[in-house]
Amino acid sequence: MKFIAAALLTAVSLGVAATGAQAQSGSKTLEQVKQKGFLTCGTNTGLAGFGLPDDKGAWTGLDVDFCRGIAAAIFGDGTKVKFIPLSAKDRFTALQSGEIDVLARNGTWTQSREAELGLLWAGVNYYDGQGFMVRKKLNVSSALELSGASICVQQGTTTELNMADFFRTKGMKYEAVAFQNIDEAVKAYDSGRCDAYTTDASGLYSSRLKLVNPDEHAVLPEIISKEPLGPAVRQGDDQWFNLVRWTHFAMINAEELGITKANVDEQVKTANPEIKRFLGAEGDFGKGLGLSKDWAYKIVKAVGNYGEAFNRNVGEGSPLKIKRGLNALWSQGGIQYAPPVR
Amino acid sequence: MSDVQAQKPSVSLFYNPRVRGFLYQAVLIAIVVFLGYEAVVNASTNMRARGIPTDFAFWDRVASFDINQSLIDYSAASTYGRAFFVGLWNTLLVAAIGVVLATFLGFFVGVARLSQNWVVAKLATIYVEVMRNTPLLLQLLFIYNAVLTPLPNPRNSLSLGAGVYLNNRGLVVPDPQFAPGAGFIPLAAAVGLVLALAFRFYARRTQAKTGRIYPVGWISAALILGLPLIAYVAAGAPVSFVTPVLRGFNFQGGIRVLPEFVALLIGLVIYTAAFIAEIVRAGILSVSHGQTEAALSLGLTRAQNLKLVVTPQAMRVIIPPLTNQYLALTKNSSLAVFVGYPDLVQVFAGTVLNQTGAAVQVIAITMAVYLVISLVTAAIMNIYNRRNALVER
Repeated sequence: MKFIAAALLTAVSLGVAATGAQAQSGSKTLEQVKQKGFLTCGTNTGLAGFGLPDDKGAWTGLDVDFCRGIAAAIFGDGTKVKFIPLSAKDRFTALQSGEIDVLARNGTWTQSREAELGLLWAGVNYYDGQGFMVRKKLNVSSALELSGASICVQQGTTTELNMADFFRTKGMKYEAVAFQNIDEAVKAYDSGRCDAYTTDASGLYSSRLKLVNPDEHAVLPEIISKEPLGPAVRQGDDQWFNLVRWTHFAMINAEELGITKANVDEQVKTANPEIKRFLGAEGDFGKGLGLSKDWAYKIVKAVGNYGEAFNRNVGEGSPLKIKRGLNALWSQGGIQYAPPVR
Repeated sequence: MSDVQAQKPSVSLFYNPRVRGFLYQAVLIAIVVFLGYEAVVNASTNMRARGIPTDFAFWDRVASFDINQSLIDYSAASTYGRAFFVGLWNTLLVAAIGVVLATFLGFFVGVARLSQNWVVAKLATIYVEVMRNTPLLLQLLFIYNAVLTPLPNPRNSLSLGAGVYLNNRGLVVPDPQFAPGAGFIPLAAAVGLVLALAFRFYARRTQAKTGRIYPVGWISAALILGLPLIAYVAAGAPVSFVTPVLRGFNFQGGIRVLPEFVALLIGLVIYTAAFIAEIVRAGILSVSHGQTEAALSLGLTRAQNLKLVVTPQAMRVIIPPLTNQYLALTKNSSLAVFVGYPDLVQVFAGTVLNQTGAAVQVIAITMAVYLVISLVTAAIMNIYNRRNALVER
């Protein structure tokens, strides 16, 4: 009897301890990341240019490089990241529950996702818009000709909502065939289940590469939405939010200052005070972020500046060959802009 | 109780086994309730701290997404609550049709496995073993891709005659339109059903009294099918059909059966039927062969023996595990999410969860729904089982 009583008491105290511990979690993300020794980053299950494991199993992509940048800022080593591939449907729950530290998974920044899901977007690392892809032999040249079409889409996305809005506005009928994963949606489109496939324009170009005959498909000219894609974090940890946001800004500032992965070691010795501050040769701008003063140096050293990451993953240096467009620096006709480090 | 205590006043109440029994039970319940309460409070505190909604306000908000199969009126302007019911009905549809078809196929295969014909028995065995021993998800994906890929696009649809077309968007059939007189047809069918039941009652009594046997099956079929036919002709053929026409991307008009629905249904049916076949076989084998020998020596035909002697006894063994299979089929229908069929999990626990962020509420509702469906199914089967159970005298 004493044994049972003791066992019950233990169970209760364990229960209390467990619930108590849970209530604490998530308040200091940076501490936890440092303790773990690696960053847990939610990424796409497979979207060329943004998050995709290569043939050796190493993750590549613009979002992936962003996470490597954060890891480099914290540990000085861009490889200390554990990537968790997530479907569109599961991604926010994974971030809310604390399963991942940051979500860099071409997620669209919207009002309700911040106001209702308890998340914060740290910035926009790719300005995108939604488009449609169709078979060339259908002879469709505009999204306005898609009345009555079956359209494959990934469920739980802004894409699904924009499409509904678009067809409602135009008073056109259509059939939405929703799938959990990009791969299933693209495969269904490729097999002929759908007349069109819709997602963000960048995603269309990247998905087209996976089709059996990429040349038989064309992307329609209409862009039906604004899709600011960027990394998101949980609310309630301002320091962590700052760290993620400034990782993004650091990459843009580096491009603006002309600092590249290749020349960063020489740039440290420069006389330019702006660059000196940025790379930590003068002053200490890392402390407030919970980082060392050469945090930006580490980011650039690991993944290069924003322009380099863009070119390598989605731009001219990649099979996607997407133009910079809106994603060029503000000084070069785009809208990528970062506040200064000072 | 008081007598016992009066005899032994020195024993403390604490050492009374009944009191102690109650005490331990009470402590256990208190702990369970406390842990449950803590879990709820802890979850809602954390959710509120992170700005995640903990209420059900999302239910009445506009969904703004479309669903491609809906048994009730639904558009992107409907609410999330409406989307829930669309998903629920789609789940019930595939589960209900699946249960009926799986039962028929399962009984057929189960009997076939016991067939005297070597080829039939072996084919049934192969079917059962292959289906039982491969994962359902793989079967579903295989069927979905095997059903879809070989079918032609809408412009090259296979015409099956009478306005029925098959293509990779599904099966398109003419849409029946009912003119005012059409109400008589179901009415006639209902009258036919009542007459058939009455005749069955009369036939049984006559047989019990005189031993004369009527062909109840044929006469019932004639009543149930014949009367509506007469009503149809008498009311001047009030049913017309809108034939689907190929316009633009796909057929317009007509009713379309989605390939996702077909893939899911076929997958669930052939998978579950394999298990039902084994249950049926076990049930039939459980009836002693002596029963058959006794029936035959009494002069019953083989068919009568199967219908009147073997099946009623086998059903007692079959029904409890059969109920499990019905529950399993219903729950397995949630794999719809992998083939893009808009069931409850795909629509509600998928899109709605993601668009509202109300993960805990949505999952709790979804689980409660499956629980209710399962309990109701089990209750119905239990009632049926009680009626068939051996009455002990």
